[in-house]
Formats: sequence, structure tokens, C-alpha cells
Amino acid sequence: MRIFLSVFAKELLDNFRDRRTLASALIMGPLFGPMLFAFVINLSIERSLSSADQTLDLPVIGQQYAPNLMRYLESSNIKVVDGPEDRDAAIAAVKAGRLDVVVLITERFGEQLRDGLPARIEVFADHANSQAERDARRARRALGGYSQELAAMRLVVRGVSPLVLRPINVDDVDVSTPSGRSAIVLGMMSYFFIFAMLMGGMYLAIDTTAGERERGSLEPLLALPVTRAQLMLGKIAATCVFMAVSLMLSLWSFFVALKFMPLQQLGMTPNFGPGVVIAAFFVLAPFVLLGASLMTLVASFTKSYKAAQTWLSVVLIAPTLPIMIVSILTLRPQIEFMFVPSLSQHLLLVDMIKNEPVNMLHVAISVTSTLAIGTIVTWICARLYRREGLLG
Amino acid sequence: MIVVNDIHKSFGKVRALRGVSFDAPDGKITGLLGPNGAGKSTTLRILYTVLKPDRGAAAIDGIDVVSHGLQAREKIGALPHGAGLYPHLTARENIAYYATLCGIDKAKVEHRVDEIVDLLEISDFAERRTKGFSQGQRTKVALARALVHDPQNIILDEPSNGLDVMATRSLRRLILKLKDDGRCVLFSSHVMQEVAALCDDIVIIANGKVAIDDSADGIRNRTGCDDLEDAFVAAIEKVEPE
Repeated sequence: MRIFLSVFAKELLDNFRDRRTLASALIMGPLFGPMLFAFVINLSIERSLSSADQTLDLPVIGQQYAPNLMRYLESSNIKVVDGPEDRDAAIAAVKAGRLDVVVLITERFGEQLRDGLPARIEVFADHANSQAERDARRARRALGGYSQELAAMRLVVRGVSPLVLRPINVDDVDVSTPSGRSAIVLGMMSYFFIFAMLMGGMYLAIDTTAGERERGSLEPLLALPVTRAQLMLGKIAATCVFMAVSLMLSLWSFFVALKFMPLQQLGMTPNFGPGVVIAAFFVLAPFVLLGASLMTLVASFTKSYKAAQTWLSVVLIAPTLPIMIVSILTLRPQIEFMFVPSLSQHLLLVDMIKNEPVNMLHVAISVTSTLAIGTIVTWICARLYRREGLLG
Repeated sequence: MIVVNDIHKSFGKVRALRGVSFDAPDGKITGLLGPNGAGKSTTLRILYTVLKPDRGAAAIDGIDVVSHGLQAREKIGALPHGAGLYPHLTARENIAYYATLCGIDKAKVEHRVDEIVDLLEISDFAERRTKGFSQGQRTKVALARALVHDPQNIILDEPSNGLDVMATRSLRRLILKLKDDGRCVLFSSHVMQEVAALCDDIVIIANGKVAIDDSADGIRNRTGCDDLEDAFVAAIEKVEPE
């Protein structure tokens, strides 16, 4: 026990004095992640909020064929501007991204309207470009509105109530809560925490394995009258402490960053008060042991510091996989998922942010299974630490 | 007292040791001499238990290194080849870390570190972080670290590598002092003169086998060469390669 503590204390002191370890543990993960997140969210919120009330400049070819339509567009906050000369030029401009959307009205438009035939209007847009698509949707909605207005007027002229066109009135009632909606945006946040946590221990995991070997300090250490398991466990424990501190800092910095995100404007109120921050820490903390042992395991297989860095960046990405799969398939929390580390933490965290009741059985399974897997990996680490190849 | 009895060791297809036997008694300096790749480091690594022999046995003060590695390590102070320090710790902290790991009482660690700092004459830079130390300073600290638990047997793998004249001299003085204390000192080198100047017994190995095991004079007599270097060459040429 004393040896374990000495190794633990030495690794803490040693790495605390290492600026690179400190920077990645205390600055990179905890601060950089949430700041980037806040920045991106702010930007996207601003864009989606502003585009609704901004006047849309809409290039239209053949304005002269539909003067009434032009007036209608002006009234729905769309400013009609001159478009390219012809159809081909319009397609080329949209393709090249010079214009987001172009509307083309043919010379037969008036004639078709008069004859009561569906009059043709073409809208050119690049569906793969999300910003352009937003503008195109606005243009299409305005054109559709005009079409409905004309239809209603035609019916009135014939003495029929325009209501015959609306046999059913669909009313969409949104039952989501402001906290629930915020989970859409903040769903990936859990990965940021796991990432920050792993970053916090990454350099320690390398330093205590590949680093020691490269420095030549591993061999004299192994020649001391201590067992390798004692050394290994002390090192993993120190890695765990750095990771836990990293996690704590990143939760706290997220808590602060959320205050600067205008999520309320989108009708979102994430449930992320001090109480949730503390609960989130305890839900995520079991992952620390697994992360530390996994990184140590991978790093102890590599030949050099550089190779360890490369391989550990793979470990950094690995926990995203289950989260990603479940996010894409939009699966609801199930009991089976609670056995999967990183996924269970993610689902529990999302529930907390949504302010939904957290199933205590789920928490229990998540904590136990993550700790159990962490213990197994630690044990494998200790076993592998005994092999001769360790010295490289 | 170190006893090595017919140890074999292979790394894949490479047969590093093909039956090495020798004794290193207490109160004497035993030199392990041989060309590069002869198996010196492998032999020493087996003795300080980071490698296991495929065949044969070795004992430190009668304790088998394979079956009782932990107990054997208690009797050894080892300085591996190119031993590194922790650059963010001071020299004193490096030594104190090993002292605690060796089970020295917390209260006595400081006192013990003071003693060893005096013994190795490193007080000038003991409080500095070891990042940027010269090779000589590093070797001294690494040696201090290896001796901190007062081991009876001292194993040094090419300790004089990269040292200047002054540092080599102070290392020699230290090795002689350890011998006078009645300890068993086993060190490897590929420099003939160094071994001749220090050692009571010389074990020459080549191609994973012991070529000759005798005192400097004995080696001269048995090879019929007056010059030790010629004797060394003559001895290793007798070992047939694989």
C-alpha cells in the first residue's frame, strides 16, 4: 500500500510539473471544448434567428411576365432583384454558388394563368447547401402562398367558399419541454466531457509507459524490490486523478459557457444547474477508471512516445462510436444500452439535461458495468506489465 | 555474492546466451568484459530480474532470481545501461522516490538521501531538477538512486559510458569504496583498460559464452599474451560462433 501511494504521489508531482500534461489536462479539454461548442452554437443560433426577419434578395428572371407576383413577393419581405440573363446562366450561377436561389418565370406565364392551366415557375437551388436551401425554402413557401391566394380568388369569383379547399385543419401541438428541445443541441455534449476526461489523462498514460521506457527510467524502476502490479496501479491511480480533475473542470466550464449561449431564444432551457453538474460528475466518473486503464494498456504496447500519441488519439475517438450510432438511429434509452460504457453515460446525461426522471436502475447498471469493465482492463494491464517485452 | 549457473537466453531466433556461468564473490570487483552484442547486458538483466533465463539458474546471496525475484531484488542495486531520471524531479527527489519504493521508513528517507548525496559528492546539484543534467551528473544520480537501499550486491551496466576523465575517476573511487565495504560489485564494460585497472576477476564473454574467467594476470598467462588487449582478442577468438 505504501509503495502504491509513493508511486501515485510521485506521478502526480512529476506530471503536475510538466507543462504539456498540465495544459492538456486542465486547459485543452475542459476549456477548449466548451468554448468551441459555445462558439458554434452561438453562430448557428444567430444565423437561424437572423435569417427569418432579414429581407431575402431573390433574383428573378422574367419579372415583366408576372408583375402581380412580384408585388406579392415584396409584401412577404422578399426583395426581387434582377437575375442572370437566361436559364443556363442561372443554373451555372447556382452550381458555382454565386447565387443561392434563382426563380425563372417564362413568357407564357401570363397566358397559362389566363387559360386556367397550371402556370410554370422554376426554382433553381442547390439542395446540398444548407444555407442556400434555407433561402430556397423561403422562396418556395412565398410562391406557394401566392398560388393558394390565386386559387382562393378563383373560387370566390365562381361563388364558392375558399374553405372547400381546406377540408381538414391540421393543428400541430408541440409537447416538448424547453429542456427537452435543448437536448437536440446539447446531445453531443456528453462526448465533450468524455473527450476532456481522456485528454486529461492521456499524457500521463503515455508518460508512465512509453515515456518511462523511452527515457530509460523504466528498467531501473523494474529492478527495484517492488512488484510490477504495485507500480502499475499507482500509475493508473494518478492518471485517474488527472482525468477526474479534467472532468470536473470541463463540467464546470460548460456550466459557465451555457450562460453565454442564447438558447432561450430558440425556446430551449437546458436543465444544467449546479445540482445536475454534480450528478453528471458521478454518472461520468466511473468511466475514468476504464479510460485510464484503456489508455495505459494501449500506450504500453507502443514502442515510442510518438507512436503512443498516435494510437491514443484512436482511443479518444472510440467512445464516440456508440454515441454516434444511437444518435443517428435516435434510439430511446433501454436497459441493454446501460451495459455499454460511454453510451450509458451519454444517455443518462441526456435524460438529466432534458429534465426527465432518471431511472435509478439504469444508473446502477451503468456505474457497475463501467467499473467492472474498467477493473478487467486494469487487471489485463497489470498482467501485461509483467511480460518481458515491456522493456521494448 | 552472485552465482550464475549455465544460463541460456534466446530472443526469437537470436541466441543471446548459450550457457554462461561465473561467480562474483563479496568484497571483490568482477568485470564482465566483451565486445558489443556479446550478451553482457542480457546477463545483467537476468540478474536484476527484468528478463527470465530460458534455462539455467542464477542466485543473489543464495536467492534464486527466477522463483524469488522480489527478494533477490532487495539484495541488488542495479544501474541499467543508459538509465534515465525523471526530468521534472530534482536529483534529491529522484533518489528519495527510490528510497520510499525500497521500503525505507518515511522518517529516515531524508537522512538516508543526505548520506548518499554526500557519498556520491552530488550536493552541488542535488536540489536542481534533473532536466539538462550532464551525462556525468545523470550517472551519479542514477547510481545514488541504485545504492539508496544499501544493497549488498551492485550491478552496473557500462557505468562509465559517456563519462569524462574526472567523472570516470570519481566513479572508480566509488566502486573501490564499495568493494572495501565488503560488497559484491559486478560491472560490465567493453573497455579493456578500465576493467584491468579495477577488477579482481574478469569474465570475458563472446557470442553468448564465457571465453575465459580469471584475474588479469591469469588471463595473460593463459592466453600467452603480455598485452591485455591482445589477450582479450585471443580469448574471444577461441569462442566459436553459432
